[in-house]
Amino acid sequence: MKHRITWLGTVGAITAVGALVLSGCSTASDTPSTDAAGELTPITLQLQWVAQAQFAGYYAAVDQGFYEEEGLDVTIVEGGPDIVPQDVLAAGDVDYAISWVPKVLGSIEQGANITNVAQIFERSATTQISFKDKGIETAADLAGKNVGSWGFGNEWELFAGMQQADVALDDISLIQQAFDMNAFLSGDIDAAQAMTYNEYAQVLETVNEETGELYQPDELNVIDWNDEGTAMLQDAIWANADQLESDEDYAANTVKFIKASIKGWIYAGTNPEEAAGIVTAAGSSLGQSHQLWMTNEVSKLIFPSTNGVGLIDDAAWANTVDIALNTKNETGATIITTEPPATAYSNEYVQQALDELEADGVDVMGADWTPTEVTLNEGGN
Amino acid sequence: MPATSEQIAQQTAEQIASARAARRRPGVHPRLRGGLFGLAGLALLALVWEFYKTFGPADGVILNGVTVLPRTTDLAMPHLAVMAERLVEPVTGAASALPLWAAVLQGSLFTLGIAAVGWLVGVTVGLALALLMQRFRLAESAILPWIILSQTVPLIAIAPLVRRWGAQLQLGEFTWESWMSVALIASYLAFFPVSIGALRGLGSPDANHVDLMRCYAVGWWKTLWRLRLPASVGYLLPALRLAAVSAVVGSVVAEVSIGLRGGIGRLIVEYAGAAGGDPGKPWAPIFGSILVGLVAAGLVGLIGLFLRRFRRGEVSI
Repeated sequence: MKHRITWLGTVGAITAVGALVLSGCSTASDTPSTDAAGELTPITLQLQWVAQAQFAGYYAAVDQGFYEEEGLDVTIVEGGPDIVPQDVLAAGDVDYAISWVPKVLGSIEQGANITNVAQIFERSATTQISFKDKGIETAADLAGKNVGSWGFGNEWELFAGMQQADVALDDISLIQQAFDMNAFLSGDIDAAQAMTYNEYAQVLETVNEETGELYQPDELNVIDWNDEGTAMLQDAIWANADQLESDEDYAANTVKFIKASIKGWIYAGTNPEEAAGIVTAAGSSLGQSHQLWMTNEVSKLIFPSTNGVGLIDDAAWANTVDIALNTKNETGATIITTEPPATAYSNEYVQQALDELEADGVDVMGADWTPTEVTLNEGGN
Repeated sequence: MPATSEQIAQQTAEQIASARAARRRPGVHPRLRGGLFGLAGLALLALVWEFYKTFGPADGVILNGVTVLPRTTDLAMPHLAVMAERLVEPVTGAASALPLWAAVLQGSLFTLGIAAVGWLVGVTVGLALALLMQRFRLAESAILPWIILSQTVPLIAIAPLVRRWGAQLQLGEFTWESWMSVALIASYLAFFPVSIGALRGLGSPDANHVDLMRCYAVGWWKTLWRLRLPASVGYLLPALRLAAVSAVVGSVVAEVSIGLRGGIGRLIVEYAGAAGGDPGKPWAPIFGSILVGLVAAGLVGLIGLFLRRFRRGEVSI
């Protein structure tokens, strides 16, 4: 029967294509989750963005075998635009997560029971940048300007800085910023939000059509929230508070995880070229000079360390909480309405990790650390 | 001796085939002509782009404070030559870096694979729902409103949720992987046109044909195989193509949303940052996703070749 044959042919073809595709996909996404050795404890870490040098320390710790030395088999789970690391952690899908403190404080108030166990970035990397001719040198100068922000929890340091300088949100026109800096470069945004390790460099990798050369740092004004006093704590390692309480193994692994992560960061700080290479090998497609710049800049957020890498500074924490309680956004809302619970942060695990590292003779302060000079190329390549 | 339903169906199909043959015009093959028109369309688009870039105002066209046409700067609208040149250069300065076109092609294949899985699942579910609704009037009244309602869900917002629900699935050896969440979202977009198209197609035979089947005391299944399915082809093929394109869009957007590595969506996220210093780069994955959409629609078009004898003019849904 002709019909039957044609129908069967179609069904057969579809099935064959489907089978091919399915097998292709499953092999493509195969990941070595557990080692054949079998002795290692599997640990998953949720990042807040895709692989890039912002997380160089963790990738370096995997690559250099620091986690393995502690008996951990760490799998790094990349984030994405809509992935909320603290929610993934609170749901129990991963063991640890990297996220900013102000973003997590809101989640904690809404019921996420998680704990900041190590404040890896001591300083904030968020700045508001503008071209010199706009004359924006402090938060007070933002009045009457087009001010860019990514929103989604990235806006609070800016709002706090403005509030401190008595600039109301009605005094500026707030512009939603995209992933790129085109709106800033073309003048739609006077003062754009920029991370020192990423967007600031993106501008410096762009050719200024007037000079025919790359934009130079001396063409830009930078409002640094660390200097303005409204910096909030950023990348920290978060753990599940319930599990820390109830599961001794998890608590012990937390110390090991922090210890190896700090070693990873020290490696990245002292070997920026290698660390940038490790991150690129881990699947980041950022340009070489941009990756190295990012590695160098995030190290500046860590080193030299005031109390030891990862130790949560009580005053800085209190400042972040204070801003979270008292800074209003465009709808009049604040991040949190009551003080966070005592479980929101703990120095217990990081202190133990630091003690062990010091006993091993590791320099956890980096007092003599100096950044390297990174030359950015056009397009970050 | 009365003709069996199979003989009648065969006769009908043959009549249609000969009628189609008679209608075929001499000259350029219609498929070739279609391709030529497609290429001409592309060339026209390229011309319009370069024309506007050359003669349009640098600050774009602004009406009442609203930008209706974009700026023509190299940043906002790079020359097509810049985009093409960028494609043959390596992704980054690293020694091991692939040429950009190769990286984008890899991503395109990955996304195409996921979209294909999503399409298969979506088509299966869509057809099953259509059959169910065709068989039972009650099912149609009960399900159809939900199918329509399903497309109003802000899918992109729940993409990370789907990934998280999936991560909690554990069935023995089977573990849910992130790409499956993306495929699921693709299928969620893909099943809709299929279910609606197939339902209309299955209900499209003339009442007298259906009555004839009834006179021969042919059961529902046989009526379906001999009458309803062949009749539905004209409705189904456009629906399948629509589903293919929906699956690609769903895949790319879900990849962007959860940052899934390997696909076009991830490249869009990663290359966005280069928009200032390397304006040609962010366009590459956009070309990639167009390519994926065209290939997907083309592959589905191949199904039409198998079903040629059932196609009597396609309808638009």
